[in-house]
Amino acid sequence: MRVDAICPARRLAFATLLPLAFILGGCAGTPRGTGDLGLIVERASGSVKIVETTGHTVLHRVEGLGDLSHASAVFSRDERYAYVFGRDGGLSKIDMLTGRLSARVVQAGNSIGGAISQDGRLVAVSNYKPGGVRVFDAATLAPVADIPAVWDGSGTRSKVLGLVDAPGRRFAFTLYDAGEIWLADLSAPATPKVTRFAGAGDKPYDGLITPDGRYYIAGLFGEDGLSLLDLWAPEKGLTRILSGYGRGEARLPVYKMPHLEGWASAGDELFLPAVGHHEVLVVAREGWRQVGRIPVHGQPVFVEARPDGRQVWVNFAHPRNDVVQVIDVPTRTVIRTLRPGKAVLHMEFTPRGEEVWISVRDEDKVMVYDTHTLEPVATIPAAGPSGIFFAARAHRIGL
Amino acid sequence: MFRPRRPSGSAAVLATALILLSGVLSAAVAEPSAARQNEIIYRLRQDCGSCHGLTLKGGLGPALLPETLAGKHDDALVDIILYGVPTTPMPPWGFEISPVEARWLVHQLKRGITDAR
Repeated sequence: MRVDAICPARRLAFATLLPLAFILGGCAGTPRGTGDLGLIVERASGSVKIVETTGHTVLHRVEGLGDLSHASAVFSRDERYAYVFGRDGGLSKIDMLTGRLSARVVQAGNSIGGAISQDGRLVAVSNYKPGGVRVFDAATLAPVADIPAVWDGSGTRSKVLGLVDAPGRRFAFTLYDAGEIWLADLSAPATPKVTRFAGAGDKPYDGLITPDGRYYIAGLFGEDGLSLLDLWAPEKGLTRILSGYGRGEARLPVYKMPHLEGWASAGDELFLPAVGHHEVLVVAREGWRQVGRIPVHGQPVFVEARPDGRQVWVNFAHPRNDVVQVIDVPTRTVIRTLRPGKAVLHMEFTPRGEEVWISVRDEDKVMVYDTHTLEPVATIPAAGPSGIFFAARAHRIGL
Repeated sequence: MFRPRRPSGSAAVLATALILLSGVLSAAVAEPSAARQNEIIYRLRQDCGSCHGLTLKGGLGPALLPETLAGKHDDALVDIILYGVPTTPMPPWGFEISPVEARWLVHQLKRGITDAR
């Protein structure tokens, strides 16, 4: 019986006729850490599964979260609560320990992601409709600030994406239609101070911040290259890096936008998806020079470094999305091609990187691989799984 | 008495004409098989949905709801599906959806995908 499996203490308590209060308290009150917890987004059913990575089990399923296509999550600084950002503007706060919904607001018509401030007090959401960023109290989800992405005289709003937290209770984000990067300082939460950086480039599709919180980088769809903002010297403005990385080569149609959230930083090198090419780009952080191009199976979507930086794992855009490739960082070569199943959407490493969880949407499962043997070690059933988010993200800037 | 085979020759011509005509008619009202329809709608939600939203209310790409598509010419929409829209993220899908299927999909979108979540 499932209850017994979860809570052997309860059966023991019945057998020994201990008082009821102790029986209930003994189970519900059993202390538990959250460092090995995580959640799996079940995109089409509007639910998430709360999982633990030590024994590969599902602890809870939380339903009623709305449209979770392209959903993502961030965690409170105590790793107890997850904030889930849905496509339909829903912002849900989930208690990872009880599997209950603590709070929920529908704060916009169409959203694309969110972030939590460095101090854990503010949660920000980037919205397509109405274009802009809305900021909420992390404890209550009460509205705190609204930053409309009005960028020209006409009052038109731009879609906003690539929202990340930056050190000092700031958020950085990108305006897709305007081609601008904005930096909002919420030291005084009700009156955000916004600094605008124009000329980021044509159709920036996503943004990321380096794990040290220093560089914000927006990837461009409309042209080859990326736009870089040094948060240690924002007065210097934007710098274009890797301009024309595919110069002179026909770019392929893109069947899924790459993501930059899984920024792969391995040693002094960064690994990036090349938009419209079957390649992973290798960039030296010193001078932001391109130092390599690694041919891969398809157009990369997520390019993620194992936490120790020794390997980089890559998944691919439709229709070549049944494959994951593992790149050995020192030799910059693909050392293994894995076939987890149809429609691999996301990969998430355990905090120290000994395992990676891979969502396989069209086969309703999450596969867990050992990153040393590169063999599968567990399969977790999930309905049309997309994003996987582990609670250890709580302690990392930009995640 | 030996009779020329003309009548049966005419019958063959007529039969051929009927077959051709029925081919044309079935092309005009062609629908993908039920299994293929399910597959197309699944792809629509999942893969088109990554930009247009699982519920087709839009995302990086525009909404694909009856009210947003009303007044847009079927041929133009079919072309967008098959050939994409240059300078935008909309890619060509002709490699895995036929013109007949694209037209069927446009009709479904304009009517509203009732089972879309």
